[in-house]
Amino acid sequence: MGQYVLQRLLGAIPTLLLIIVLAFLLVHAAPGGPFDEERVLPPAVEANMRAAYHLDEPMPQQLLRYLGGVVRGDFGPSYRYREHSVSELIAAAFPYSLRIGGLAMLFALVVGIAAGTCAALRRNTSTDRLLMAASMTGISIPVFVIAPVLVLLFAVKLNWLPAGWSGNSGAAPLVLPVLALALPQIAYIARLTRASMIDVLASPYIQSARAQGLGTAAIIRYHALKPAILPLLSYLGPAVAAILTGSVVVEEIFGIPGLGQFFVRGALNRDYTLVLGIVIFYATLIVALNLLVDILYGLIDPRVRYR
Amino acid sequence: MRRAAGFMLRARRNRNVVVSFVLLLATAVCAIVLPWLSPNDYSTTSFQRVLEAPGWAGMHWFGLDELGRDQLMRTMLGIKVTLTVAVVASLVSLVIGVLYGAVAGYVGGRVDAFMMRIVDSLYAMPFIFFVILLMVVFERNFLLIFVAIGAINWLDMARIVRGQTLSLREREFVQAARLNGVSTPRIVLRHIAPNLIGIVIVYVTLTIPQAILVESFLSFLGLGVQEPQTSLGALVNTGVGHMERAPWMLLIPGGVLALILLCFNFLGDGLRDVFDVRQAP
Repeated sequence: MGQYVLQRLLGAIPTLLLIIVLAFLLVHAAPGGPFDEERVLPPAVEANMRAAYHLDEPMPQQLLRYLGGVVRGDFGPSYRYREHSVSELIAAAFPYSLRIGGLAMLFALVVGIAAGTCAALRRNTSTDRLLMAASMTGISIPVFVIAPVLVLLFAVKLNWLPAGWSGNSGAAPLVLPVLALALPQIAYIARLTRASMIDVLASPYIQSARAQGLGTAAIIRYHALKPAILPLLSYLGPAVAAILTGSVVVEEIFGIPGLGQFFVRGALNRDYTLVLGIVIFYATLIVALNLLVDILYGLIDPRVRYR
Repeated sequence: MRRAAGFMLRARRNRNVVVSFVLLLATAVCAIVLPWLSPNDYSTTSFQRVLEAPGWAGMHWFGLDELGRDQLMRTMLGIKVTLTVAVVASLVSLVIGVLYGAVAGYVGGRVDAFMMRIVDSLYAMPFIFFVILLMVVFERNFLLIFVAIGAINWLDMARIVRGQTLSLREREFVQAARLNGVSTPRIVLRHIAPNLIGIVIVYVTLTIPQAILVESFLSFLGLGVQEPQTSLGALVNTGVGHMERAPWMLLIPGGVLALILLCFNFLGDGLRDVFDVRQAP
């Protein structure tokens, strides 16, 4: 077990390194420098600025310097938000994204598992078909369509909930962003749960539990639920990736000062260091999560054996 | 040939397949034919009639946008652009994925292990962010969008094709070809690849909606196609800015986009039943 964890940890390092180097090279292949603006700087000033950001060094040296910084959690200075480092910006913005993404994931798991179980129990009835049609619709409506439609409906027309972010004013501003992020995930989770629940319910040990006179609720609760939701663990990685991409859109629409918004601003402002830092941060997050899921799998599921 | 006929028959009996196929066809036909019939075009502005609501007069069925351009024509252009990007991108991923998977599966052994390790590590990459990085760094051009989206989606295809090839290469006709001295590239192209068609068709139908999502996501962020060209994602993005005064600018392109995605998802799901393709390992 310990050896397996160590092996996986060591395996993740080349992946991360590859991601960082690729992203770095991509950004540095960009035509034009960060200081090419309408205002032409005097050559001496520009040379000084390039030196300050170490842009005058040869490429391998810049890459090594950057890698050294990343290892220590330092992504360098932002090109646009001159007074802040990229790490400071990420540290300030990430809590917002984490809160919304985490709540959305939690909500999606609860509702998705409930809906999937419900559909599996009533397999091939109209309830099942309705739930699955609804989930197919949920998968098909992109976040950037559902989010503004929710705003239009609940904020503009009905005026029940605030449309935007307004500091710390309770839970109300969280409802719509979390809902918009969670809806597609609910749909995916419901479909996955349904499929695996149907498999589990057909297995002999459930049949024998039923034969012994156990009620449906007890069978689900004590015997079927755990094995049925295990496959969801491996969906967690893609789900987090989807929520991260979704949060880029949701934060932009609701005006939440999270990481996604910084990412979009950075992209449009050509703030290369900020975009680079956020890409690496996201990538690390996803790689770490996939790793965690693999390890958790073994801890939770006794059928999995490590080689 | 008889097998193909059997598939056609089963496909025609599957209601999801028929309905979604007809809807998609109708959407595509509208996108091509309506611009011929309409007196308007997608780029002419008329500043006296900004944000006019949908109506029958002058064939402004979907209203006018914030610059007084005909929204019907813009939506049809958006459909055309979105579908083109998605289909071409899926073809890119199809070619890469099928070749990669077929080679890995057919050659087998260490080569296979190594090639699949690459695929596994690429799976961990947050590609969408790389695509955004690509769009930021290089000036946005259409070709790049195709390539970038195609480059994301080939991984699934490669895995599925490899699994299928592994079982195909043990079959008698492949062995016969090998005994007759047919070269490896020729076996892969002429004997393995044609037998992958069923599974590939299913997964292409399922990659197209993913490609559509990526393209419209990029356009939504303002990183996709550039004005006066447009795509459904770009139209939704503009619609968001005017949704209080002109909700139809958001709802119509958003609805069309959702409908197209829904049709492709149903089509892929139905075709999976038709070809009786099991979920990939």
